[in-house]
Order: sequence, then structure tokens, then C-alpha cells
Amino acid sequence: MARDGSTQARPRPIHPWPLRLMHWLNALAIVMMIGSGWQIYNAAPLFNFSIPETLTIGAWLGAGIAWHLAFLWLLLANGLAYLIWGFASGHFKQKLWPILPGQVMREFIAALRFKLPHQKGVYNAVQKLLYVGVIFAGLVVVISGLGIWKPVQLWFFTDLCGGYYIARYVHFFAMASIVAFMAVHILLVLMVPRVLPPMITGGEMPEGQS
Amino acid sequence: MKQLDLNRRKLLSRALALGAITALPGCNYEDPAHPDVADWFLHKMSAFNDEMQALLFNPNTLAPTFSPGMITNPPRFNAFYDMSQAPVVDPATYALELGGQIQDKQSWTLAALRALPQEGQITRFVCVEGWRVIGQWSGVPLGYFLHRIGADVTCKYVSFKCADGYYSSIDMASALHPQTILALDFLNAPLTAPFGAPVRLRIPTKLGFKNPKSIMQLAVSNVYTGGYWEDQGYNWFSGS
Repeated sequence: MARDGSTQARPRPIHPWPLRLMHWLNALAIVMMIGSGWQIYNAAPLFNFSIPETLTIGAWLGAGIAWHLAFLWLLLANGLAYLIWGFASGHFKQKLWPILPGQVMREFIAALRFKLPHQKGVYNAVQKLLYVGVIFAGLVVVISGLGIWKPVQLWFFTDLCGGYYIARYVHFFAMASIVAFMAVHILLVLMVPRVLPPMITGGEMPEGQS
Repeated sequence: MKQLDLNRRKLLSRALALGAITALPGCNYEDPAHPDVADWFLHKMSAFNDEMQALLFNPNTLAPTFSPGMITNPPRFNAFYDMSQAPVVDPATYALELGGQIQDKQSWTLAALRALPQEGQITRFVCVEGWRVIGQWSGVPLGYFLHRIGADVTCKYVSFKCADGYYSSIDMASALHPQTILALDFLNAPLTAPFGAPVRLRIPTKLGFKNPKSIMQLAVSNVYTGGYWEDQGYNWFSGS
């Protein structure tokens, strides 16, 4: 749909459909996992606080575990599909790489001054770092979770996290990192709401952008 | 006419219940007598998880063992009642009753059980709540016992009934695991009432609630018998 009408090529979406689908499936899975995980946390809190019951999913421990182990499979399948797609399609290489420390510093300071403009279809260095960070946190939360669920059969995951006892803390802090990411992520969408529709419809990539 | 009215009332109450569900999505699984859509989904997923865990179960993978210095002391009591209410079984008259697909259903006294080969272990006991303790148990390997009594080990389930009304059941593959024992001793002394005297199941490849205490009856069958917590919503397999 070029302005001079010379080509009939369909515009490339900012977010291709597999990404959009996996984004929203992940959103559902992660909310269910965190809500039910908070219910499980309350059965034997690691710290001197409990999660308010209104924020938890599942009315009691048994329900919390049932939700957690039900949505585990969606989180796992969707996460694996995302990793495979991300590498195979070149998405990771194009969008998340490279992350240059100098650029991260400059753009982070610019972002704090609200002077970092949003470019359609391009992730700035701070975004890249956050996205790579939350993918890493996702890996840690899954590995530690499997290590807690199956400390005998999947003992290598438990050992990787420093044993069953420490794995619970690893799982907690990975969850906390994801919650912190979500807070920043949602806050930024509220500040720049025009980024939301393309995650639903796909949007149109501005011309001349890869 | 009366019948019709009753049905109508039933329908109405069901419609009201459905309304309550949509108002409170995902907050059920708490009343087994009144399942809803969320319960149906969670039961399906729990059954799927039973199958996945059976596939994941490797009969040769051993639960980690620990040194005597790592044993949790004092041990942690846990039950659905207070420690003082633990059932007291007279060891002199105790007899383990057998049922189901077993050739020799003669019951077993404590002395007879003690005369069988004993296995000891220092293993981790993981509670469904998340906490864990390390303890030392010894007793008769369940696999040895099942063969000794001529149990049909092609059956799916081994079920237990306890002195306190508790009950549970496990899959045959886990029952035959080398670390699954009918424990008689805890911390180098005969089991005490709060910790499951006179005989408890110690199965370190499963969560704590799958380790029934004060076992009075053992049965082998293809009939699923669930369990005290399992029937309320805890996952049945609950493997570690």
C-alpha cells in the first residue's frame, strides 16, 4: 500500500500474528500462575507476610495448586513455542539484539527524563534489556518451579537451583521480577497507549523499517 | 405435578448457581458436593497431571538421601487434627488387615512385620504446603511385602485405611519403588502415635499427605479409592 500505489504488497505488521497470539496466551497463563502461586505461597510463607486473599486465585491451597498445575502446561507450551519461533523467525536477532551497555545507559537516562521517543516497530535499548530480562526470569521461574514440583524425578532442576529449600526462594524472586516487569510494562502502555492496538490487530510497520 | 415442581425448583437453583459462578470465576473447587465448570476443568487437568506424572515416574530414580546430621530435630507433626488427638493403637493387639487381589490375606502382627527384612532411609519429606523436613525411617520395603503376600502387582492401586479415619491410595509403580517402605521405626525408635504408630507408609517419591499413618488395612485392586485429601481436590498422584 505504498503512497504512489506502485506496489500491491500488504503492509508488514508491527507484531506478526504468532507473536500476538503467544503474547496474550502468555498474559493469561502468567496471571493464572501468579494468582494461584500466591495462594500456594500463603500455605507456608517464606517471609513475614502473606498475600491478601483477594489477590489470590483458588479459594484454598488445594484449589491454588490445581489452578497452578493446570495452567503450568499453557505457560510451558506457549513459552517453548515462543522460544522456538523467536530463534527460527529471526525475531530475537532482529528485535532484541544487540544490547549495547552505552546505549542502555543513554536511553535509560533519556527515558527517566521522558525524552525517549517511541519508534513504531523498534525496541529501544532499555526495552530490549527488559524483554531479555523477563525471558530470563521466565526460564528461571519455570526451572525452579519444576524443581519444586519434582525434586526427585527432575532433581537436576532442583540441584540447579541450589536444592529444594533454596529453589522455593529462587521461584519467589523470579516471580517477583516478572511482577516488577509487568508493572513497568503496563505503566508504559498506559503512558503511550497507542502501542496497545498493534498488539491486538498487528498494526502497520512504517515504511523503510526492517 | 409434584415431581415437575421439584425438577423446576432444581433447575432454578442450578441457574442461580451458574449465576454465582459467573460472578465469581475461578473461586471454587472448595465444595466437592457441588462441582461447577471450574471444578470440571480442574478435575480434567488433575487427571491429565496424574498421567503425566506416571509417565515422568522413573522406577530407578532414587529420592536424595541425607546424612544423620541433617535430620530435622525436633520432628514436625502434621495432620488434619491436633497432636494430642493422634490415635493410639495398642501394639500388642495390632494386626494389619489385607484385602483385594492378594493370595495370602492373613493379617500381620507387629512382631511378624519386624521379622521381615528391614530397610532404613534418611530422606526428605515434602509437604504439599511447601515446607520440608528431613527424617529417618526404617521398615519393610512395600515391594517385598507385596510379593511376599502374593499381591497381584499388575493391579493399578494400593490403598490404605488408617486408625484415624484417614485413607489414601497410590499407584503400583510407586508402591514397588525401592524406597517405598511400611515404616515401623522413626528416628531409630518405634513410631510414636503422632508420627504414625504402629505402621505408616514412607514414600519419599510422593508428597507428605501420600504417607498415611497408623495403617490398619492395606488393599490391592484396580478400583480407584481416592483419599482423604485427594477427594477434596489435592492431586491424586502427587509425585515428587
